[in-house]
Amino acid sequence: MADDDEIILSELSDDELVLQMHDDLYDGLKEEIEEGVNILIARGWTPYDTLTKALVAGMTIVGADFRDGILFVPEVLLAANAMKAGMFILKPLLAETGAPRMGKMVIGTVKGDIHDIGKNLVAMMMEGAGFEVLDLGINNSVEKYLDALEKEQPDILGMSALLTTTMPYMKVVIDTMKEKGMREDYIVLVGGAPLNEEFSKAIGADAYCRDAAVAVETAKQYVARKHNQLNG
Amino acid sequence: MTKDALTGTNLFNMGLSSGEPPEFWNVDKPDNIRSLYRGAVEAGSDIFLTNTFGGNAARLKLHNAQGRVRELNRVGAALGREIADASGRTVVVAGSVGPTGEIFVPMGSLTHDLAVEIFHEQAEGLKDGGADVLWVETISAPEEYRAAAEAAARAGMPWCGTMSFDTAGRTMMGVTSAAMAEMVEKLPNPPIAFGANCGVGASDLMRTVLGFVAAGTARPIIAKGNAGIPKYHDGHIHYDGTPDLMAEYAVLARDAGVRIIGGCCGTMPEHLTAMRAAMESRPKGPRPTLEDISAKLGAFSSASDGTGEDVGPKRERRGRRG
Repeated sequence: MADDDEIILSELSDDELVLQMHDDLYDGLKEEIEEGVNILIARGWTPYDTLTKALVAGMTIVGADFRDGILFVPEVLLAANAMKAGMFILKPLLAETGAPRMGKMVIGTVKGDIHDIGKNLVAMMMEGAGFEVLDLGINNSVEKYLDALEKEQPDILGMSALLTTTMPYMKVVIDTMKEKGMREDYIVLVGGAPLNEEFSKAIGADAYCRDAAVAVETAKQYVARKHNQLNG
Repeated sequence: MTKDALTGTNLFNMGLSSGEPPEFWNVDKPDNIRSLYRGAVEAGSDIFLTNTFGGNAARLKLHNAQGRVRELNRVGAALGREIADASGRTVVVAGSVGPTGEIFVPMGSLTHDLAVEIFHEQAEGLKDGGADVLWVETISAPEEYRAAAEAAARAGMPWCGTMSFDTAGRTMMGVTSAAMAEMVEKLPNPPIAFGANCGVGASDLMRTVLGFVAAGTARPIIAKGNAGIPKYHDGHIHYDGTPDLMAEYAVLARDAGVRIIGGCCGTMPEHLTAMRAAMESRPKGPRPTLEDISAKLGAFSSASDGTGEDVGPKRERRGRRG
């Protein structure tokens, strides 16, 4: 509220600051998020705690409200932009401190399809959830996907299509992965407006993700399951 | 008035391969496009859309065909003109204009001026080919709708414009049916008709239509719903909406006061024929309620669509920033 006293982030206690950062992420306030991240680090927070408790937790709220039809794409883009600014500060620090990784994803829109708004949202929300994301952009051939998988060794392959005319190409990619005996090495998540659960099963994907928030939740579940398998 | 089927679905049944821009067929396989248009006209459509939905520079650029905007739109419209003129009755050739696929500033890079320029270029091609009206579809962002309005004015063409309400009853960018009705009336160059296309099933589309009606608009409303939901079968996509369901939807849309009724994704000539027959044979009923709609067409995709008293949930905020 405009007539309230201005908030001085550095004067807030840790708990209050983290809550304020959740609100500021929700409102897409980039500079405030940068300031908040810097304050927490200066107070001796680990980069990993700053990421998970302030940023990822804040983006989880954004994701839930996007899923529930309370927030829409413009607000989510602003929030993700603020998140990204915070991540930019944390990324080198996370690498230095050897913080645990959430997982890695290669994502792209399939060949012939030039839509990328939904795919970008997923990439941003995945980054918001702490995943490392390599975005291949639009119009990706099976060769481009496979090259990226071999080079990047991600946990997850994400494919997006917005057209009923391009969505069958996802099956081409999955079938090629099967032929090369590499299908089981990756979690394959698919999404896009005309898709549904049934389609995802029919083409042999691991899961269909209705929206970016669901993609994040699904990715977390599958990565956890994969890690359990490896350890078991 | 009834309107055509979505171009892509029919072309795919004719062998268009995934990834190929359908607009290329205007030049490469004109007989297929003629036959597509003829299918809509013979099924009784009073309006049909040209095969130019993705024919703007922003979209064609992805196929390295940004230099062919004028040509592909002109030819797409000219083929339509030919079929309409040969039909022996009045059939409107609507020049289809789809979204740019870009996000507006500040989050994206598309500016108002650039969007106007992109739409204007396409509009000039459609005008050259003899389209009667520009038909702007599947728009999500209010900025893009406004840019299309300005482009239509620049081209000196009448226009119609629909948005796609596919996210909890709103457009992807959060526009409600009520907000669209309000925006339309504030435009310096309002469309001759406005409405909704595509989205999530016929029930949601009809709920959006009731939102327009509740906004008290005097402007003709367009309803262009999908023929059900896409299903994947044996390498092909089929929509599960039957001609009977689409006929039911058409009658409900008419009873709600919609003036232009059509089918979007998945709609084939048999759907259009069933829609036309139902509207001609069944007497006009009272305006349907939300309950009538969900009983006849199926449940809505979300509890609220953000209009009326039920504006949907809001998150409790700490509320210390302006």
